[in-house]
Amino acid sequence: MRLTHILPLVFFVIVAIALGIGLTLNPRLIPSALIDKPVPEFALPPVDGRSNGLAAADLRAGDVAIVNIFASWCGPCRVEHPLLMEVARSGEVPVHGINYKDLPRNAVAWLNRFGDPYTRIGSDHDGRVSIDWGVYGVPETFVVDRNGHIAYKHVGPMMAKDMQQRILPIVRELQSQ
Amino acid sequence: MSKALHHLGALAAIIVVMSLILSAQSFAIGVDKPLNDPTLEARARAIHKELRCLVCQNQAIDDSDADLARDLRDLVRERLSLGETNQEVFDYVVGRYGNWVLLNPPFNTQTLALWIGPVVLLLFGSVFAVVILRRQKYQPEVAPIDLTPDEQARLQALLDHERGNP
Repeated sequence: MRLTHILPLVFFVIVAIALGIGLTLNPRLIPSALIDKPVPEFALPPVDGRSNGLAAADLRAGDVAIVNIFASWCGPCRVEHPLLMEVARSGEVPVHGINYKDLPRNAVAWLNRFGDPYTRIGSDHDGRVSIDWGVYGVPETFVVDRNGHIAYKHVGPMMAKDMQQRILPIVRELQSQ
Repeated sequence: MSKALHHLGALAAIIVVMSLILSAQSFAIGVDKPLNDPTLEARARAIHKELRCLVCQNQAIDDSDADLARDLRDLVRERLSLGETNQEVFDYVVGRYGNWVLLNPPFNTQTLALWIGPVVLLLFGSVFAVVILRRQKYQPEVAPIDLTPDEQARLQALLDHERGNP
């Protein structure tokens, strides 16, 4: 008797909590299908005036690496750029770039103006290689382990806490393995 | 005469400008190039309608103006013209973006709640409603209580008064 009376309330509370949790999730974050998978096969040419392009083989060479998808036309890329510069200066982990649907000369002008944190840059002019990486917007940032498997993906511009609390700890963990 | 020539020159200038604008539009980026083979193009369109746009989340890539949606439409066409089956094309895209891109998600352990949730809720609600309704139906009726002789007399008096009897 009393159970059936409080049942609707219990049910309501469960639904309210579930929907409440749903409201805190970010619908723009699409879980990556590539975590723990090898990086896609690719070989991208360098941007104008650079000699180091980026290929899958470079990511299997035995170093943990950060791979950052960027473009000169991408505003939020400017926001996270100083963080990448800082990591590059520290020399803790190589940062590679994939230049997404950009004119190589614009990319070079952008790097000359704001600084170049990248060890290698692949120019993905038509965006096909980025599709293979499951990229759906710039910037996106991947952590790749020593064997060229994708360990982590960050979507959107990185904030200092993303770098300090998520990305760098994952990098160190992978480096210690 | 010179005035007429002047007008003619203005007209020519307008025509040149207009044709430049029109030709610029016809070369505008963002225009899909349909496949020459109509059956292949129909298959591509069918797949486009099943793939969810990653940028404007509640649209299929078929309806979307997003840059990435156009790239994915081209990619689907390209893979079909390479002789891939529809399933192979779906597998290719799902392999990169996950089941998230399917507007019609598959039935598996991850999507169990999605598929059977509504049925379970409906069953739960029906059972609950039936239980409540049955309980109400079988509630014991309250037996009428007999009037005391006093009350009976008052009632009789009232009824007599109503009928106009003294």
